[in-house]
Amino acid sequence: MDYTWSWDVVFSSLPVLAQGAWMTIRLTCIAVGLGILIGTFLGMGRVSSVKIIFALSSSYVHFIRGTPLLVQLFFIYYALPIVLGRHVPPFAAAIVAMSLNSAAYVAEIVRAGIQSIDRGQMEAARSLGMTYQQAMLYIIIPQTFKRIVPPLGNEFIAMLKDSSLVSTIALEELVRKGQIIYGRTYKSFEVWTAVALFFLLMTLPITALVNYTERRMKAGD
Amino acid sequence: MIKAVNLQKDFGSLRVLKGITTEIKQGEAVCIIGPSGSGKSTFLRCLNLLEQPTAGQIFIEGVEVTNHKLIDVNQVRVEVGMVFQRFNLFPHMTALQNITLAPMKVRGLSLEEAEERAYQLLDKVGLRDKADEYPDNLSGGQQQRIAIARALAMRPKAMLFDEPTSALDPEMIKEVLDVMKDLVNEGMTTVVVTHEMGFAREAADRVLFIDDGLIIEEGAPDQVFSHPQSDRTKSFLSKIL
Repeated sequence: MDYTWSWDVVFSSLPVLAQGAWMTIRLTCIAVGLGILIGTFLGMGRVSSVKIIFALSSSYVHFIRGTPLLVQLFFIYYALPIVLGRHVPPFAAAIVAMSLNSAAYVAEIVRAGIQSIDRGQMEAARSLGMTYQQAMLYIIIPQTFKRIVPPLGNEFIAMLKDSSLVSTIALEELVRKGQIIYGRTYKSFEVWTAVALFFLLMTLPITALVNYTERRMKAGD
Repeated sequence: MIKAVNLQKDFGSLRVLKGITTEIKQGEAVCIIGPSGSGKSTFLRCLNLLEQPTAGQIFIEGVEVTNHKLIDVNQVRVEVGMVFQRFNLFPHMTALQNITLAPMKVRGLSLEEAEERAYQLLDKVGLRDKADEYPDNLSGGQQQRIAIARALAMRPKAMLFDEPTSALDPEMIKEVLDVMKDLVNEGMTTVVVTHEMGFAREAADRVLFIDDGLIIEEGAPDQVFSHPQSDRTKSFLSKIL
Protein backbone atom coordinates (compact mmCIF):
# COMPACT_ATOMS: atom_id res chain seq x y z
CA MET A 1 0.00 0.00 0.00
CA ASP A 2 1.24 3.37 -0.98
CA TYR A 3 0.69 5.52 2.10
CA THR A 4 3.01 8.20 3.37
CA TRP A 5 2.87 8.42 7.16
CA SER A 6 2.75 11.94 8.37
CA TRP A 7 2.24 12.43 12.09
CA ASP A 8 3.25 16.06 11.63
CA VAL A 9 -0.29 16.62 10.42
CA VAL A 10 -1.57 15.66 13.86
CA PHE A 11 0.83 17.87 15.75
CA SER A 12 0.11 20.92 13.62
CA SER A 13 -3.62 20.26 14.04
CA LEU A 14 -3.56 19.95 17.82
CA PRO A 15 -4.97 23.45 18.45
CA VAL A 16 -7.85 22.77 16.05
CA LEU A 17 -8.58 19.40 17.64
CA ALA A 18 -8.43 21.00 21.09
CA GLN A 19 -11.01 23.56 19.93
CA GLY A 20 -13.23 20.71 18.81
CA ALA A 21 -12.75 18.88 22.13
CA TRP A 22 -13.70 22.06 23.97
CA MET A 23 -16.90 22.29 21.96
CA THR A 24 -17.61 18.63 22.73
CA ILE A 25 -17.17 19.24 26.46
CA ARG A 26 -19.33 22.37 26.41
CA LEU A 27 -22.13 20.65 24.52
CA THR A 28 -22.04 17.65 26.86
CA CYS A 29 -21.93 19.68 30.06
CA ILE A 30 -24.84 21.91 29.07
CA ALA A 31 -26.89 19.00 27.71
CA VAL A 32 -26.35 16.70 30.69
CA GLY A 33 -26.89 19.62 33.08
CA LEU A 34 -30.24 20.41 31.51
CA GLY A 35 -30.89 16.68 31.25
CA ILE A 36 -30.44 16.28 35.01
CA LEU A 37 -32.77 19.20 35.69
CA ILE A 38 -35.56 17.92 33.43
CA GLY A 39 -34.82 14.27 34.15
CA THR A 40 -35.21 14.70 37.92
CA PHE A 41 -38.79 15.90 37.47
CA LEU A 42 -39.47 13.20 34.86
CA GLY A 43 -38.05 10.59 37.22
CA MET A 44 -40.36 11.74 40.00
CA GLY A 45 -43.20 11.55 37.49
CA ARG A 46 -42.24 7.94 36.80
CA VAL A 47 -42.95 7.01 40.43
CA SER A 48 -46.02 9.22 40.77
CA SER A 49 -49.30 7.65 41.78
CA VAL A 50 -51.11 10.35 39.79
CA LYS A 51 -51.99 8.41 36.65
CA ILE A 52 -51.76 11.27 34.13
CA ILE A 53 -48.32 12.38 35.39
CA PHE A 54 -47.09 8.79 35.31
CA ALA A 55 -48.46 8.23 31.81
CA LEU A 56 -47.01 11.44 30.37
CA SER A 57 -43.54 10.97 31.84
CA SER A 58 -43.48 7.29 30.89
CA SER A 59 -44.51 8.04 27.30
CA TYR A 60 -41.78 10.63 27.01
CA VAL A 61 -39.12 8.26 28.32
CA HIS A 62 -40.23 5.41 26.03
CA PHE A 63 -40.44 7.69 23.00
CA ILE A 64 -36.96 9.15 23.46
CA ARG A 65 -35.28 5.89 24.39
CA GLY A 66 -36.99 4.09 21.54
CA THR A 67 -35.66 6.39 18.80
CA PRO A 68 -32.04 7.17 17.81
CA LEU A 69 -30.47 10.40 18.95
CA LEU A 70 -29.44 11.00 15.33
CA VAL A 71 -33.07 10.96 14.24
CA GLN A 72 -34.05 13.27 17.09
CA LEU A 73 -31.27 15.63 16.06
CA PHE A 74 -32.35 15.61 12.38
CA PHE A 75 -35.94 16.13 13.45
CA ILE A 76 -35.09 19.24 15.42
CA TYR A 77 -32.58 20.62 12.90
CA TYR A 78 -34.31 19.76 9.60
CA ALA A 79 -37.96 18.99 10.33
CA LEU A 80 -38.86 21.44 13.08
CA PRO A 81 -37.95 24.58 11.05
CA ILE A 82 -40.72 23.64 8.62
CA VAL A 83 -43.27 23.98 11.41
CA LEU A 84 -41.55 26.91 13.10
CA GLY A 85 -41.02 28.76 9.83
CA ARG A 86 -37.47 29.66 10.81
CA HIS A 87 -34.00 28.17 10.79
CA VAL A 88 -32.74 26.56 14.00
CA PRO A 89 -29.04 27.33 14.60
CA PRO A 90 -26.91 24.15 14.83
CA PHE A 91 -25.72 24.83 18.37
CA ALA A 92 -29.26 25.34 19.67
CA ALA A 93 -30.48 22.26 17.79
CA ALA A 94 -27.66 20.20 19.26
CA ILE A 95 -28.34 21.39 22.82
CA VAL A 96 -32.08 20.81 22.56
CA ALA A 97 -31.72 17.34 21.02
CA MET A 98 -29.01 16.22 23.42
CA SER A 99 -30.62 17.53 26.59
CA LEU A 100 -34.08 16.17 25.72
CA ASN A 101 -32.40 12.84 25.01
CA SER A 102 -30.32 12.94 28.18
CA ALA A 103 -33.39 13.82 30.27
CA ALA A 104 -35.03 10.50 29.39
CA TYR A 105 -32.00 8.50 30.50
CA VAL A 106 -31.55 10.60 33.63
CA ALA A 107 -35.25 10.07 34.40
CA GLU A 108 -34.72 6.32 34.51
CA ILE A 109 -31.64 6.76 36.71
CA VAL A 110 -33.62 8.98 39.09
CA ARG A 111 -36.57 6.56 39.09
CA ALA A 112 -34.31 3.63 39.97
CA GLY A 113 -32.64 5.77 42.64
CA ILE A 114 -35.95 6.71 44.26
CA GLN A 115 -37.16 3.12 44.15
CA SER A 116 -33.93 1.90 45.74
CA ILE A 117 -34.68 3.91 48.89
CA ASP A 118 -36.21 1.72 51.58
CA ARG A 119 -40.02 2.00 51.74
CA GLY A 120 -39.70 2.59 55.47
CA GLN A 121 -38.20 6.02 54.82
CA MET A 122 -41.35 7.28 53.14
CA GLU A 123 -43.50 5.63 55.80
CA ALA A 124 -41.52 7.19 58.63
CA ALA A 125 -41.75 10.63 57.02
CA ARG A 126 -45.49 10.28 56.38
CA SER A 127 -46.10 8.93 59.90
CA LEU A 128 -44.62 12.19 61.22
CA GLY A 129 -47.30 14.10 59.32
CA MET A 130 -45.17 15.21 56.38
CA THR A 131 -46.89 15.51 53.02
CA TYR A 132 -45.73 13.36 50.08
CA GLN A 133 -43.96 16.42 48.65
CA GLN A 134 -42.19 17.18 51.92
CA ALA A 135 -41.12 13.55 52.29
CA MET A 136 -39.75 13.58 48.73
CA LEU A 137 -37.95 16.88 49.20
CA TYR A 138 -36.38 16.33 52.63
CA ILE A 139 -36.05 12.55 52.89
CA ILE A 140 -36.14 10.65 49.60
CA ILE A 141 -34.44 12.93 47.04
CA PRO A 142 -31.40 13.81 49.23
CA GLN A 143 -30.73 10.12 49.74
CA THR A 144 -31.25 9.45 46.05
CA PHE A 145 -28.64 12.00 44.96
CA LYS A 146 -25.83 10.09 46.60
CA ARG A 147 -26.81 6.84 44.96
CA ILE A 148 -27.21 8.16 41.43
CA VAL A 149 -23.82 9.85 41.14
CA PRO A 150 -22.13 6.80 39.51
CA PRO A 151 -24.87 6.13 36.92
CA LEU A 152 -25.01 9.87 36.15
CA GLY A 153 -21.26 9.75 35.52
CA ASN A 154 -21.83 6.93 33.08
CA GLU A 155 -24.58 8.92 31.39
CA PHE A 156 -22.17 11.83 31.04
CA ILE A 157 -19.59 9.59 29.35
CA ALA A 158 -22.19 8.10 27.03
CA MET A 159 -23.44 11.57 26.07
CA LEU A 160 -19.89 12.82 25.54
CA LYS A 161 -19.34 10.09 22.95
CA ASP A 162 -22.80 10.45 21.39
CA SER A 163 -22.22 14.18 20.95
CA SER A 164 -20.11 13.18 17.94
CA LEU A 165 -23.43 12.79 16.11
CA VAL A 166 -23.86 16.56 15.95
CA SER A 167 -20.96 16.63 13.47
CA THR A 168 -23.67 15.73 10.95
CA ILE A 169 -25.27 19.16 11.32
CA ALA A 170 -21.93 20.89 10.76
CA LEU A 171 -21.32 21.79 14.37
CA GLU A 172 -17.56 21.89 14.81
CA GLU A 173 -16.99 19.56 17.70
CA LEU A 174 -14.17 17.04 17.87
CA VAL A 175 -15.30 14.62 15.14
CA ARG A 176 -16.22 17.43 12.76
CA LYS A 177 -12.78 18.97 13.28
CA GLY A 178 -11.29 15.55 12.48
CA GLN A 179 -13.29 15.43 9.25
CA ILE A 180 -12.10 18.90 8.30
CA ILE A 181 -8.44 18.04 8.92
CA TYR A 182 -8.84 14.79 7.04
CA GLY A 183 -10.41 16.59 4.11
CA ARG A 184 -7.38 18.85 3.93
CA THR A 185 -4.67 16.21 4.45
CA TYR A 186 -6.14 12.77 3.64
CA LYS A 187 -4.18 11.36 6.57
CA SER A 188 -7.02 9.21 7.87
CA PHE A 189 -5.00 6.93 10.16
CA GLU A 190 -3.24 9.77 11.93
CA VAL A 191 -6.29 11.99 12.21
CA TRP A 192 -8.69 9.38 13.56
CA THR A 193 -6.07 8.04 15.96
CA ALA A 194 -5.67 11.55 17.33
CA VAL A 195 -9.44 12.06 17.58
CA ALA A 196 -9.83 8.75 19.43
CA LEU A 197 -7.05 9.71 21.83
CA PHE A 198 -8.74 13.04 22.51
CA PHE A 199 -11.95 11.22 23.43
CA LEU A 200 -10.06 8.85 25.71
CA LEU A 201 -8.34 11.80 27.33
CA MET A 202 -11.79 13.14 28.26
CA THR A 203 -13.55 9.89 29.21
CA LEU A 204 -10.81 8.15 31.21
CA PRO A 205 -10.59 10.77 33.99
CA ILE A 206 -14.38 10.77 34.32
CA THR A 207 -14.44 6.97 34.47
CA ALA A 208 -11.79 7.09 37.18
CA LEU A 209 -13.81 9.70 39.09
CA VAL A 210 -16.97 7.58 38.84
CA ASN A 211 -15.13 4.49 40.08
CA TYR A 212 -13.61 6.48 42.92
CA THR A 213 -16.96 7.86 44.15
CA GLU A 214 -18.51 4.42 43.78
CA ARG A 215 -15.83 2.89 46.01
CA ARG A 216 -16.15 5.68 48.55
CA MET A 217 -19.90 5.29 48.70
CA LYS A 218 -19.65 1.55 49.22
CA ALA A 219 -17.36 2.26 52.16
CA GLY A 220 -19.82 4.88 53.44
CA ASP A 221 -22.96 2.81 53.11
CA MET B 1 -59.71 7.88 72.30
CA ILE B 2 -59.03 5.57 69.34
CA LYS B 3 -61.95 3.47 68.21
CA ALA B 4 -61.97 0.87 65.45
CA VAL B 5 -65.31 -0.38 64.19
CA ASN B 6 -65.53 -3.51 62.07
CA LEU B 7 -62.17 -2.77 60.46
CA GLN B 8 -61.37 -4.76 57.34
CA LYS B 9 -58.32 -4.74 55.12
CA ASP B 10 -57.71 -6.65 51.89
CA PHE B 11 -54.41 -7.02 50.09
CA GLY B 12 -55.58 -8.05 46.64
CA SER B 13 -57.74 -11.09 47.20
CA LEU B 14 -56.28 -11.77 50.64
CA ARG B 15 -58.39 -10.55 53.55
CA VAL B 16 -55.92 -9.70 56.30
CA LEU B 17 -58.31 -7.99 58.71
CA LYS B 18 -61.74 -9.53 58.92
CA GLY B 19 -63.62 -7.08 61.10
CA ILE B 20 -61.84 -5.71 64.15
CA THR B 21 -63.74 -3.68 66.70
CA THR B 22 -62.10 -2.27 69.78
CA GLU B 23 -61.59 0.95 71.67
CA ILE B 24 -58.42 2.28 73.19
CA LYS B 25 -59.06 4.69 76.02
CA GLN B 26 -57.17 7.81 76.94
CA GLY B 27 -54.00 6.83 78.81
CA GLU B 28 -54.48 3.14 78.21
CA ALA B 29 -51.59 0.85 77.27
CA VAL B 30 -52.65 -1.94 74.96
CA CYS B 31 -50.43 -4.78 73.80
CA ILE B 32 -51.34 -6.73 70.70
CA ILE B 33 -50.03 -10.27 70.48
CA GLY B 34 -50.57 -13.01 67.96
CA PRO B 35 -48.81 -15.23 65.42
CA SER B 36 -46.94 -13.85 62.40
CA GLY B 37 -49.28 -12.98 59.57
CA SER B 38 -52.24 -12.68 61.90
CA GLY B 39 -52.87 -9.07 60.86
CA LYS B 40 -51.72 -7.38 64.06
CA SER B 41 -49.21 -5.07 62.34
CA THR B 42 -51.71 -4.28 59.60
CA PHE B 43 -54.24 -3.31 62.26
CA LEU B 44 -51.72 -1.00 63.89
CA ARG B 45 -50.78 0.55 60.55
CA CYS B 46 -54.43 1.20 59.82
CA LEU B 47 -54.72 3.24 63.00
CA ASN B 48 -52.55 6.04 61.60
CA LEU B 49 -53.71 5.37 58.04
CA LEU B 50 -50.37 4.08 56.74
CA GLU B 51 -52.70 1.42 55.36
CA GLN B 52 -56.10 2.42 54.05
CA PRO B 53 -58.76 0.17 55.56
CA THR B 54 -60.89 -1.56 52.94
CA ALA B 55 -63.99 -1.24 55.09
CA GLY B 56 -64.95 -0.17 58.57
CA GLN B 57 -64.27 3.00 60.49
CA ILE B 58 -61.65 4.51 62.73
CA PHE B 59 -62.47 7.31 65.15
CA ILE B 60 -59.82 9.39 66.86
CA GLU B 61 -61.25 11.49 69.67
CA GLY B 62 -64.68 11.02 68.19
CA VAL B 63 -63.73 12.17 64.67
CA GLU B 64 -64.05 9.63 61.92
CA VAL B 65 -60.63 9.66 60.24
CA THR B 66 -61.55 7.08 57.61
CA ASN B 67 -63.85 9.64 56.01
CA HIS B 68 -61.52 11.53 53.69
CA LYS B 69 -64.09 14.14 52.81
CA LEU B 70 -63.89 15.34 56.39
CA ILE B 71 -60.29 14.82 57.32
CA ASP B 72 -56.74 15.55 56.22
CA VAL B 73 -54.71 12.36 56.54
CA ASN B 74 -51.59 14.28 57.52
CA GLN B 75 -53.43 15.86 60.43
CA VAL B 76 -54.28 12.39 61.73
CA ARG B 77 -50.70 11.19 61.52
CA VAL B 78 -49.48 14.24 63.40
CA GLU B 79 -51.60 13.21 66.38
CA VAL B 80 -50.59 9.56 66.36
CA GLY B 81 -46.86 8.80 66.62
CA MET B 82 -45.43 5.63 65.14
CA VAL B 83 -42.32 3.61 65.93
CA PHE B 84 -41.22 0.94 63.45
CA GLN B 85 -39.57 -2.43 63.78
CA ARG B 86 -36.63 -1.30 61.65
CA PHE B 87 -36.38 2.18 63.24
CA ASN B 88 -36.45 3.95 59.83
CA LEU B 89 -34.29 6.82 60.99
CA PHE B 90 -33.26 9.20 58.21
CA PRO B 91 -29.65 8.11 57.50
CA HIS B 92 -28.58 11.42 55.96
CA MET B 93 -29.40 13.38 59.10
CA THR B 94 -27.95 13.45 62.60
CA ALA B 95 -29.98 12.17 65.53
CA LEU B 96 -30.86 15.76 66.40
CA GLN B 97 -31.93 16.59 62.84
CA ASN B 98 -34.04 13.44 62.73
CA ILE B 99 -35.95 14.76 65.73
CA THR B 100 -36.24 18.42 64.72
CA LEU B 101 -37.23 18.05 61.04
CA ALA B 102 -40.93 17.25 61.35
CA PRO B 103 -41.68 19.69 64.21
CA MET B 104 -40.17 22.46 62.07
CA LYS B 105 -41.70 21.48 58.73
CA VAL B 106 -45.07 20.21 59.93
CA ARG B 107 -45.70 22.01 63.23
CA GLY B 108 -43.93 25.20 62.17
CA LEU B 109 -41.57 25.40 65.14
CA SER B 110 -38.47 27.56 64.89
CA LEU B 111 -35.07 25.86 64.90
CA GLU B 112 -34.46 26.99 68.50
CA GLU B 113 -37.81 25.69 69.73
CA ALA B 114 -37.38 22.41 67.88
CA GLU B 115 -33.87 21.87 69.20
CA GLU B 116 -34.87 22.71 72.76
CA ARG B 117 -37.66 20.16 72.54
CA ALA B 118 -35.29 17.64 70.91
CA TYR B 119 -32.70 17.96 73.68
CA GLN B 120 -35.37 17.42 76.32
CA LEU B 121 -36.41 14.24 74.52
CA LEU B 122 -32.80 13.13 74.08
CA ASP B 123 -32.43 13.48 77.85
CA LYS B 124 -35.58 11.46 78.31
CA VAL B 125 -34.23 8.58 76.20
CA GLY B 126 -30.75 9.02 77.67
CA LEU B 127 -28.96 9.95 74.46
CA ARG B 128 -28.12 13.66 74.71
CA ASP B 129 -24.47 12.87 74.00
CA LYS B 130 -25.44 11.23 70.67
CA ALA B 131 -27.25 14.30 69.30
CA ASP B 132 -24.74 14.89 66.51
CA GLU B 133 -24.19 11.25 65.55
CA TYR B 134 -25.54 9.80 62.33
CA PRO B 135 -27.80 6.74 62.67
CA ASP B 136 -25.18 4.44 61.14
CA ASN B 137 -22.91 5.15 64.11
CA LEU B 138 -25.57 4.20 66.67
CA SER B 139 -26.49 0.75 67.96
CA GLY B 140 -29.91 -0.67 67.19
CA GLY B 141 -31.15 0.11 70.68
CA GLN B 142 -29.92 3.68 70.44
CA GLN B 143 -31.49 4.11 67.01
CA GLN B 144 -34.83 2.90 68.30
CA ARG B 145 -34.68 5.30 71.26
CA ILE B 146 -33.96 8.15 68.82
CA ALA B 147 -36.91 6.98 66.73
CA ILE B 148 -39.12 7.15 69.83
CA ALA B 149 -37.84 10.67 70.57
CA ARG B 150 -38.51 11.62 66.95
CA ALA B 151 -42.13 10.50 67.19
CA LEU B 152 -42.61 12.18 70.60
CA ALA B 153 -41.26 15.49 69.25
CA MET B 154 -44.56 15.92 67.41
CA ARG B 155 -46.34 15.80 70.81
CA PRO B 156 -48.71 13.07 69.63
CA LYS B 157 -51.81 12.15 71.59
CA ALA B 158 -51.08 8.45 71.18
CA MET B 159 -48.09 6.30 70.28
CA LEU B 160 -48.08 3.17 68.12
CA PHE B 161 -45.22 0.68 68.32
CA ASP B 162 -44.87 -1.93 65.59
CA GLU B 163 -42.70 -4.72 67.04
CA PRO B 164 -40.21 -2.15 68.33
CA THR B 165 -37.75 -4.68 69.73
CA SER B 166 -37.95 -7.45 67.11
CA ALA B 167 -34.95 -6.22 65.14
CA LEU B 168 -32.77 -5.69 68.21
CA ASP B 169 -29.98 -7.76 69.68
CA PRO B 170 -31.15 -9.25 72.99
CA GLU B 171 -28.93 -7.05 75.16
CA MET B 172 -30.52 -3.91 73.68
CA ILE B 173 -34.14 -4.83 74.18
CA LYS B 174 -34.31 -3.68 77.79
CA GLU B 175 -33.17 -0.10 77.14
CA VAL B 176 -35.97 0.34 74.59
CA LEU B 177 -38.61 -1.33 76.75
CA ASP B 178 -37.57 0.87 79.70
CA VAL B 179 -38.22 4.01 77.64
CA MET B 180 -41.61 2.61 76.62
CA LYS B 181 -42.50 1.77 80.22
CA ASP B 182 -41.69 5.34 81.24
CA LEU B 183 -44.07 6.58 78.57
CA VAL B 184 -46.83 4.27 79.75
CA ASN B 185 -46.28 5.36 83.34
CA GLU B 186 -46.60 9.00 82.28
CA GLY B 187 -50.03 8.16 80.94
CA MET B 188 -49.31 8.15 77.21
CA THR B 189 -51.95 6.29 75.25
CA THR B 190 -49.94 3.44 73.79
CA VAL B 191 -50.60 0.55 71.41
CA VAL B 192 -47.78 -1.97 71.06
CA VAL B 193 -47.56 -4.93 68.71
CA THR B 194 -45.02 -7.10 70.45
CA HIS B 195 -43.58 -10.52 71.07
CA GLU B 196 -42.26 -9.37 74.46
CA MET B 197 -44.69 -11.13 76.74
CA GLY B 198 -42.82 -9.91 79.83
CA PHE B 199 -43.43 -6.33 78.76
CA ALA B 200 -47.07 -7.01 77.93
CA ARG B 201 -47.62 -8.60 81.32
CA GLU B 202 -45.89 -5.81 83.18
CA ALA B 203 -46.85 -2.64 81.34
CA ALA B 204 -50.11 -3.31 79.53
CA ASP B 205 -53.54 -2.45 80.86
CA ARG B 206 -55.06 -4.73 78.29
CA VAL B 207 -53.86 -7.44 75.93
CA LEU B 208 -55.46 -8.21 72.55
CA PHE B 209 -54.81 -11.59 71.01
CA ILE B 210 -55.29 -11.36 67.23
CA ASP B 211 -55.31 -14.39 64.98
CA ASP B 212 -56.37 -14.73 61.36
CA GLY B 213 -57.57 -11.13 61.17
CA LEU B 214 -59.84 -11.20 64.21
CA ILE B 215 -59.57 -10.38 67.90
CA ILE B 216 -59.81 -13.81 69.45
CA GLU B 217 -59.43 -12.76 73.03
CA GLU B 218 -58.85 -9.62 75.07
CA GLY B 219 -58.52 -8.69 78.67
CA ALA B 220 -56.13 -7.77 81.46
CA PRO B 221 -52.68 -9.31 80.95
CA ASP B 222 -53.07 -11.57 83.94
CA GLN B 223 -56.33 -12.92 82.65
CA VAL B 224 -55.13 -13.50 79.09
CA PHE B 225 -51.78 -15.01 80.03
CA SER B 226 -52.82 -17.04 83.07
CA HIS B 227 -56.42 -17.96 82.25
CA PRO B 228 -56.85 -17.88 78.49
CA GLN B 229 -60.35 -18.82 77.42
CA SER B 230 -59.89 -19.65 73.75
CA ASP B 231 -58.09 -22.75 72.50
CA ARG B 232 -56.24 -20.68 69.92
CA THR B 233 -54.90 -18.36 72.62
CA LYS B 234 -53.85 -21.35 74.71
CA SER B 235 -52.11 -22.97 71.77
CA PHE B 236 -50.30 -19.70 70.84
CA LEU B 237 -49.18 -19.05 74.40
CA SER B 238 -47.98 -22.60 74.87
CA LYS B 239 -45.68 -22.15 71.88
CA ILE B 240 -44.06 -18.93 73.04
CA LEU B 241 -44.05 -18.96 76.85
